[in-house]
Order: sequence, then C-alpha cells, then structure tokens
Amino acid sequence: MAQSVFQHQFANGLVLLGEPMPWLESVAFTLLTPVGTAHEPSDREGLAGMTLEMMQRGAGDFDSRAIVEELDFLGVERSSGVTTFHTTISMAAMASVLEPTLRIAVSMIRDPHFPDEELEEARQSSLLELASLDDDPAQKCFKELKKVRFGDIYGRSSLGTESGLTATTMEDCKAFWKDRFTSNGSILSVAGNFEWEKLVKLVESLLASWPEAGSVPKPNVKTLPAISHLMHDSQQTHIALAYDSVPYQHPEYYQGRGLVGILSDGMSSRLFSEVREKRGLVYAVSASAHSLDVCGSVLCYAGTTAPRAKETLEVTLETIQSIGKGIDIDELSRLKSRVRTSLVMEQESSSSRSSQMAYDWVYLGRVPPRQEVLQKVEQLTCESLLEHFRKHPPRNWTMVTIGPEPLEFPNAVS
Amino acid sequence: MQFRNETLDNGLEIIAEINPAAFSTSLGYFVKTGSRDETPAMAGVSHFLEHMMFKGTAKRTAADVNRELDDLGSQSNAYTSEEQTVYYMSVLPEHRTHALDLLSDMMRPALRDEDFQMERQVILEEIAMYDDQPPYGAMEKAMEAYFGEHPLSRRVLGTPDTVSALEPDAMRGYHESRYASNNLTLVATGAIDFDALVADARKFTSNWKPSDASRTLLKPLGQETNVRLVHPPATQRYTLQYSPGAGYNDPNRYVLRILGTILGDDSGSRLYWELVDNGLAESAVVFTQEFEDCGLFCTYLACAPEQQESNWEVLQGILADGSRSPITDREIELAKNKICSGMILGSERPSNRLFTIGNSWLSRETYEAIRDATEHYKRVTRDELQSAFESLAKRINVTVSVGSE
Repeated sequence: MAQSVFQHQFANGLVLLGEPMPWLESVAFTLLTPVGTAHEPSDREGLAGMTLEMMQRGAGDFDSRAIVEELDFLGVERSSGVTTFHTTISMAAMASVLEPTLRIAVSMIRDPHFPDEELEEARQSSLLELASLDDDPAQKCFKELKKVRFGDIYGRSSLGTESGLTATTMEDCKAFWKDRFTSNGSILSVAGNFEWEKLVKLVESLLASWPEAGSVPKPNVKTLPAISHLMHDSQQTHIALAYDSVPYQHPEYYQGRGLVGILSDGMSSRLFSEVREKRGLVYAVSASAHSLDVCGSVLCYAGTTAPRAKETLEVTLETIQSIGKGIDIDELSRLKSRVRTSLVMEQESSSSRSSQMAYDWVYLGRVPPRQEVLQKVEQLTCESLLEHFRKHPPRNWTMVTIGPEPLEFPNAVS
Repeated sequence: MQFRNETLDNGLEIIAEINPAAFSTSLGYFVKTGSRDETPAMAGVSHFLEHMMFKGTAKRTAADVNRELDDLGSQSNAYTSEEQTVYYMSVLPEHRTHALDLLSDMMRPALRDEDFQMERQVILEEIAMYDDQPPYGAMEKAMEAYFGEHPLSRRVLGTPDTVSALEPDAMRGYHESRYASNNLTLVATGAIDFDALVADARKFTSNWKPSDASRTLLKPLGQETNVRLVHPPATQRYTLQYSPGAGYNDPNRYVLRILGTILGDDSGSRLYWELVDNGLAESAVVFTQEFEDCGLFCTYLACAPEQQESNWEVLQGILADGSRSPITDREIELAKNKICSGMILGSERPSNRLFTIGNSWLSRETYEAIRDATEHYKRVTRDELQSAFESLAKRINVTVSVGSE
C-alpha cells in the first residue's frame, strides 16, 4: 500500500493534489471549482448547469466542435457535472497526452467563448434532459428527495427547472462564470502516471495567474423531515428514504459509514438479506452514506411492485432499526474485509483516485492516506458501532415515493 | 502480460492473462449458455438459474454463499445474455484458492424448492422494474420482430408467464445439460500463479462431467417490419431500429464498429452534431450487437413525441447519405483513436480484462494482447468503411417505436 500524495497551494488559493501511480499507463484529473446550484439566483435554477454546458462549447484555441474533435483525437474520456456547491470537469487519458488534455480543461474554466448562436441549443438540450427525467421514476424519486430534505436552495437539482432554464440569458451565464469561477476554493487533483515536479510547473504556467475573488458565503444546510408522494402509472413503487447520520468530516464518520456497510455493503448485508433474500420483495434495495456540507444522511432505496410496497417499507425500516439490537462480530469482520480489498483495488484506477482526492480535500482539507483509513476501519468494534447508533439514532426522516398509490410512513418511526 | 491456457481431463478449459504487477485477481466462469439455448416454454430459465446459483450448494446454504463472498472482500456478480452466463469475482491474490473453491462449488447448486419459489418473486420484480424503464420493452420487441422463429428472438428475462410457469425440475435438467464441464471456461486475470490455479481447479471440479451440449446456429431471415407500442406513462418517444450487422466471428465487425462510432457515437458523431448537440433529441446513437451466427446494426432515438417524425427523417437521411457525404479521413482517425484509447484505458483493471479475454475465448478460442486487439481497428481502410456506409441505404429494417399513444 505504498503511497505518496503531494500537495501544493498556489498564491491565488488554488490547491494542486497529486498521487503518482507509475504502474499505470493512464493519468486522470479532476478540476473542481467552488460553484454549484446553491449559488444560483432563485429565479435561475439550472444556471450552473447551463453555464458549464456553455463553457464546453468553445474555449481557448478551439470552437465547440473542435474541442470535441481534439479530445477524441487525444483519446480522452471525460465527464463534467454540477453539485450543490461544486462544478467539476474530469478527464482520463494516456499519460503521454496529459499536457494538451489539461490545457483544454483549463481553457474551459479560464477562457470560454460563450458563442451566442449556441445558447438556444444548450437550453434545448437542458430542457430535454429535464423532461426525460419524467420517464425515470427511480432517478426522479431521488431528485425529489433532495428537494424536500434540503429545501429550496440546498435541495436544488443540477438539471434546474423549466422556468429557470427558460429565463437564463447569455449575460447570466457570463456573469455567473466571471463572478464565481475563481481560483480560491478550486482544486486540481491528478492521479496516475505523471511526475510531480513537472506537473507543478505545468499547472503554474496554466493556472497561477487565475485571479482569485471574494470568498463564497458559508452555507447553512439543515435537514428537514418530510413525506411526499408523486403519482406515476408504473408497476413498481419506488421508495427513497433518508435519515440523519454524520458527515464525512465528522470524527465518527467511519462508525456511521460502518453502519451503512452493515446495512447494505455486499450480498450478506442486512437489507439485501431481509428484504430480498428472505422475502423476495425487491430486485433492488440499498443504502448509502451522503454528505452535504455539515449534514450527513443515510439514503435508502427500494423498488417493488405496488401491492408489496407497504410490506417492503416496513421490513426496510425494521431492518434499519435492527442495528440497535446489536452487531455480530462476523458482520464487522466482513465489512473490514471489503474495505481492505477496495482500498487495494483503488490503486488500479487513476480516475477513482483523482475524484476521491478532490472529495477528501473539500471535506477534510487534506487527503488521508490509505493506511490511515485502513487503521480507522480496523479499529471499529461492534460496541463502538452500537454506541454510535445510540448516539445518532435514525431521525429526521424524509421519504419520497413514486408509484400508482401513496404510501404511509409509520408514525412510530418518525 | 503472459497468456496461459490448459484443458482439464473433464473438458474444462482454463485461460489466464497474468499480470505480475496487478494488485488483484479476477476469476470468472463463462458458461456457453443463454436465452438462445432455451425452449420457448422455458424462456428465462438461464437467467433464473443464474440467480439460483447464489442460493447454496450441497455444502453451503444461500446465506453461507453470500457471507463467504463478503468474507473474501470480493467484488462479485453475474450476468446472463442471449449467448452466455458469466459468474465473476475480484479478490486480493491471497484469497484466490478460497475464491475458486466457492465459485466452483456455486457451479453445482442445490436448487432447493423453497429457494426457487422465493427467487421467482425477485425475478418477477426485476421484469417489472425493466418494464417501467425506457425504452419500455422496445428492445425485446425488436428482437422478437427481427428474429421471428430464430432462437435469438427469446427474452433473456423471459416473461411473467414463462417465469411463473417454470418448474424446479425443468431447471435442474437444464443445468445438468448446459453446465457440463466442457461447456464452461474458467477465466483468470491479474496476479495469478497459473500452475497453482490449474491444480486448484482440477481439485474443485474433479467430479464434473462433460456433456454433448451444443447450440443451434441459424442465419436469421431479416424482415421489414414496423411496430408501434403504447406505454401510457411515457413522456418521450423512443424509436429503435435493427438491421443486419456482423457476428463476432465475422471479420467485418471491426468495420461496422468504427462506422457505428463515426455515425452514431454518443459524442462527436454525425448523429450527435445533427440531433443531440443542438437539443433536438435527448439521445441519437448507433450501436452494434454481435452473436455467434449473425449480428445487428442498431439505431436508437429518444426525443419529445412532437419531434419524433422530423428527427427520424434527419436520422434516416444521415444513415442513407453514404454516396453523397463520404466518410472523411479525419472522421476515421478520430473514431479509431477514441476506440483504441478507450480499450487501453479500460484494460488497466484486471476486472475489466476478464470480460474481454473471456468473451474472446468463448466466441473464437483466441487470445489477444490489448495492443494486438487495437491493430484490428487500425487496419480498417477508408474503402471498407465507405462501402459499408453506402450499403446502409439498402438495408432491411425492423423498427419499433414506443410512446404514450
């Protein structure tokens, strides 16, 4: 598990993180900027996504079409996205083309063209993407869950709203980019086959002159208990649940994450065993840990045909509460075994390391080495997990269901 | 990288791509059986059986299997297609023997009645889940319409009727004939001690018997058909078109894959620039499907219902435009770079390589190192691509369209 993680902060605030993985042929980077849906004006929901879309339609030396062609020429795999507080551009390529690839990503951030003639096309794409969500009830369920759980500002979807997307002008995109895409709070994390000293010089030449701006006001995220149902003419009812847990930066995060593992990691996990294996109620059931600023949540999903929705919800809730009755030493040992394996296998993917490092820095302000993570997980005991559960019992429940009939949330739980 | 292979006395083939620098070991049993090897009345048995393989053996209960998979810290799963069923796991190299013991034992499942009845419910949920998702059964319908009486017309998941009617004894018979030792291949990638792997496999499969499992191969009779399906909750319209393509033993497959990328990749292709980039369609793509005796060249459009007709016309125009808008050298260069780079990037994980080399062995009994595999694409000429493009104008199509009315 030998590992070197380098870091460098430029005078303008930009943080550069690097983890050389010389056994790989690839290199991957994540360029993260501190601008997300929470920073949109209230009548422009979708502006962050539209701005990101426009930034990729021509930048630096390339127009919209030439950017796509150049990235294909270089053989670059890429993705981009907006979350509540961040915008990221991620790319992975062969090590030999790191420099031209990084130049393109930086030009999107620093030198976008914002071509007037493409605004309507970008808007139509965004509207279509939003509309198509109506045909994906499971996704829609989680979009709605976020909205009711985190409220008007922090619960926004990156897809925006029809009115917000329709109202957005090119001036809005340009102003949003100019005011918000700044060096302070931005992170460039690189993992794979590269040399750190050369990388620092390259990034210095590309980004050291990126101007900084005033800092973003501190968010104030809270979780709101709420129950909601959306009617949908489907065979299955989709159930999305959330309850309070601890966020990534919390000293007891690994206890909280461990409890989610007991519930949902692997085929011997409690939700899979109780809801699917023993009762055949679902094909898909899962739980995951979610952090949004200072709020930690556990998100759960179960999809089942409508007549079995009530039983599925009851069994899911009972299974979550069953943690309070105790944790078996074998369950914990399986959890540790899975973590050990995934930490080792992480070294086989430059993409997953680069995005994990950026996430670590956002929440922790540092990149914990694998050994440290492993040690924290190895130190978990059944007692410490149980104690954590008692200190942080599931509360502040949010539930969104989509299906042909509404589902009642049992009062005894909320 | 080193390739090794060996066939045991019971007919089980073992192949491995050994990478001493890898951090993990991936193992998989590739079974040459799928929905095309079923009778119509037993449609869905291959996939149902795949679920049942996790439900315990003579030595292990269902819960034991799940617990052991997790004890090993493995990333494991299985899938079923028209032509194969694959069980795989990735583990740390020190767990290889235990992992192979478990995986091999799973290949001889107990198939207990009560587990069968319970798992049937899970399968019915899985069918309902896919029925609720776009393109709402259009793919299954297109396969039925295109293949007609050909065995490839059968649904991998079966239907609620066939799954509900299936009896455990019928599944036991299917297992016995299809999971014979000479119809499976053990595939391994990553950090492997090959000789030890073979010795372990010999021990764990010592009581396996070969059979005369075979497959009916037929050239399908493609026919021109238009089907319109109604799915009331659909807000978008989904259109799928299947035309004759190349099978996985057909050397023309590389030509069609590159052509598909040029015309309909999800980014930077002709369909992308004419329909997706400008917001006319949510998706407009071309993809290929390859089978043992035939293949499909497929086109898919998802867009607002009111734009379906005009978008479909644009899409058909692009596909039929071979003689007037010939393929350029630049398009070929970009498509080849994109495909080859994607192959190399994807090959870094042993868990990805497992499928590439397993599929190649199952279909052609050949192994190719990644650089050799990219050569097939590099060798395709402009003339071959142009000729394939022009022939699209004359192709026979099955078209299935799904919308709310």
